[in-house]
Amino acid sequence: MYHSIVLVKQVPDTANITGNVMQEDGTVNRAKLPAVFNHEDKVALEIALQIKDTYGGTVSAITMGPPRASDILRECLYMGADRVYLISDRKFAGADTLATSYVLSEAIKKIGAFDFIFAGRQAIDGDTAQVGPQTAEKLQIPQITYVEEIRSVENRTVTAKRKIDGGFEIVRCTLPVLLTVVKDTAEPRSFKAKRVMAYKGARSLMEIEKLVEGNSLLSTDALVNEYESRSLFIRTLTMDDLKLDAVRCGVRGSPTKVYEVDSVVLSGGEHEHVEPTKAGIGKLIDKLIEDHILG
Amino acid sequence: MPNFFLDNSDLSFHFKKFDLRNIVALAEDDYAQAKEFPDAPVNYDDAMENYKKVLEIVGDLAASRIGPRTASVDLEGVKLEDGSVSYASGTQKSLHELAQADLMGMVLPRKYGGLNFPFTIYIMAIEIISRADASLMNLFGLQDIGDTIRKFGNERQREEFLPKFSTGEYTGAMALTEPDAGSDLQSVKLQAYQNQDGAWFLRGVKRFITNGNGQVLLVLARSEAGTKDGRGLSLFVCKSGGSVKVRRIENKLGIHGSPTCELQFNDTPAQLIGSRKFGLIKYVLDLMYRARMGVSAQALGISQAAYEEALRYARDRVQFGKAIYALPAVSNMLIEMRVALETNRSLLYHTAQAVDRKEKVEELVEKLKGEGKSFAEQNSELKQATKLANLLTPVTKYVLTESANRMAYDALQIHGGTGYMKEFRVERLARDARITNIYEGTSQMQIVAAAGNVMNDILKEDFDAKEARTYRSGFDKLVECLKEIRSLFYDALKYVLEKKDTTFQDIAAKDLVELYSYLIIGYLVLDDAEVDQRKAFIANRYILNALAKARGNVEAIKSGVFSDILHADKILLNHD
Repeated sequence: MYHSIVLVKQVPDTANITGNVMQEDGTVNRAKLPAVFNHEDKVALEIALQIKDTYGGTVSAITMGPPRASDILRECLYMGADRVYLISDRKFAGADTLATSYVLSEAIKKIGAFDFIFAGRQAIDGDTAQVGPQTAEKLQIPQITYVEEIRSVENRTVTAKRKIDGGFEIVRCTLPVLLTVVKDTAEPRSFKAKRVMAYKGARSLMEIEKLVEGNSLLSTDALVNEYESRSLFIRTLTMDDLKLDAVRCGVRGSPTKVYEVDSVVLSGGEHEHVEPTKAGIGKLIDKLIEDHILG
Repeated sequence: MPNFFLDNSDLSFHFKKFDLRNIVALAEDDYAQAKEFPDAPVNYDDAMENYKKVLEIVGDLAASRIGPRTASVDLEGVKLEDGSVSYASGTQKSLHELAQADLMGMVLPRKYGGLNFPFTIYIMAIEIISRADASLMNLFGLQDIGDTIRKFGNERQREEFLPKFSTGEYTGAMALTEPDAGSDLQSVKLQAYQNQDGAWFLRGVKRFITNGNGQVLLVLARSEAGTKDGRGLSLFVCKSGGSVKVRRIENKLGIHGSPTCELQFNDTPAQLIGSRKFGLIKYVLDLMYRARMGVSAQALGISQAAYEEALRYARDRVQFGKAIYALPAVSNMLIEMRVALETNRSLLYHTAQAVDRKEKVEELVEKLKGEGKSFAEQNSELKQATKLANLLTPVTKYVLTESANRMAYDALQIHGGTGYMKEFRVERLARDARITNIYEGTSQMQIVAAAGNVMNDILKEDFDAKEARTYRSGFDKLVECLKEIRSLFYDALKYVLEKKDTTFQDIAAKDLVELYSYLIIGYLVLDDAEVDQRKAFIANRYILNALAKARGNVEAIKSGVFSDILHADKILLNHD
């Protein structure tokens, strides 16, 4: 029996970028993009669910994000996650990978014991592939990145095949461990009809607060209790709940600063002809080194 | 993400129009089930939201996973090796995914692991699945087997079989047809006998059994030795394997993903379902409603796919300097297809709701009977509902399956030579469509089934009421056309009845049923047009076409064209 935690993220749906989404300065107007479940994180959830299907145990999904990230937590419930957690606070806004992994690792410590942490290799908005590894470091557990297959789980030891340049390697590691998975590792399962019907009304704290806002007859605490009693409360953790160091959260805790964003338009321009001879290739390599492309 | 529920605005149109309030309230015990099951709805709106969300799952699976596998399923087909049947690998994946998504027990009660959905919603799911892969419908659509066990089996049988249908562990088959008993099921010979302890055993052969390799078989067998008709037949349930041998699987024109088996029962232990002698006359007839609706939905799914292929090709294919879509002959064919598609859908969901109502009222009557309460009022409602379902079901199967063939034919025609090639999807659709007007009762049998109620004009009061009401002002002409079709129908009916010739009646029945179907569908599409302006185009084309056809139907009946039937031998066999 294994307990897994899956790190999931809501990202802009880059597959549906239309004209008015890209702004003049080359940044993305997020409000105009539908938000979706980061695909590789969904793959990570699928792997966790497969481990549960085979060996028993539980699967918890957590996300750090704005209140609307509750959407993907509901999707986690629809697929089969036992518990979901929204880590949300205005003070988390603008977090880079360092601040994000700090908050996530503290949240995981609060959630409790685990055998596996799964995450997608990277999110399609940042493409950093750092949050998984940094979370493992902060929790002081081993990590296997770029996993494309779980070969076996025996005697609290996992054997995984990981993708490397030009091939793969087989890695063995004792639990607990954090694994990041690539998109071909598994095909995420479809939503389960019964779970969709049972959990479609699941709400996070912020969503419940919104319900209360327009209605003086309701109280947040009473409503939270009611949702909790019907197993429809999406556990919500804020900075205070986690007793976090504010200096390490959000923009303040993020050393990464975006210096400049360029809108790069790829177009065919000049080209040089390289003779397919030893001398020609040599010249090409010299040029690439000169342009800092190689070396 | 492509989704065959969300991308089809006509499905949403009908979904929004569904009037299932009473049906759902009955099925949900006035929403008391919500106390026991977290997935049960708390009220009607909640139920409809549930259905919508689940149809979205069906639409997603159909478009993103099932559809892309269809070509390989068609090519790979099914295999029989060492007596065991295996599905194409794509079919296996699709079945696994449907089961994983909780979709294999849609109409079964929650206490047996099902979703407790109305039949109407299940029919919509079948249409969506069939658009992706018609052959998968034959497995997905066999959920009725479980439902038949629920309705007529005992509690022990329900507990034994239903939960495993819901999880997808079991699929089933209806073993009715035999080499000498196809349309004529009264001739079934397969023998059911009892040993000294009263246990039942089956011996004999069944043929053309869809999914005959399924784990659970419902078998129609002769339990009353020496009898020759339907009253000597009972329904049995047995497990496959062991003494049931799959002797062969058929090599078919279409629906390659669905195995069609010849089964040999060698003293196979079986359990009686319900009461002896009611096998054909009650249980199979009951099951047929749902099976015929399933095939109608399958036909509509194929039609939708054929239309999409034709439309896409017509817009892409350039000849004479423009897309062939712009050629009047082609665009006219596309409009004909689209009109048939939408009017067929109106009929399908109208009938599905009628069958749903009949089934639920039937259950209510049974329940009241069981509780010793008065059920006179519900019983008369049941009689009406049964009559309506009895008429609408065969009319729907007749119209939709014939139409699916026509649409697949036209879709292929629009493709020209390329449509005849294996590389294009439309040739598979033409092959798949071809079975729909044959199995679960041929078109000719549907005419027989509908003819009595048509000749008794059982919808007279409905049509009177529709003629009396006022429609939107622009529809005057269409209303007049429908009135004219009705008087043409009466004209033809009077002619047929006065002739008092049963042979003539048998032949004229097809034209009479078609005339009646124009009225049923014509008024349905007029209702649709009242709520959706775009549907006025559909109503207009359908009703004007129907009037032209109605004139032809009446002409065929009254012109004496059928009189040569008496000389069939001279014409066909050159007999003097």
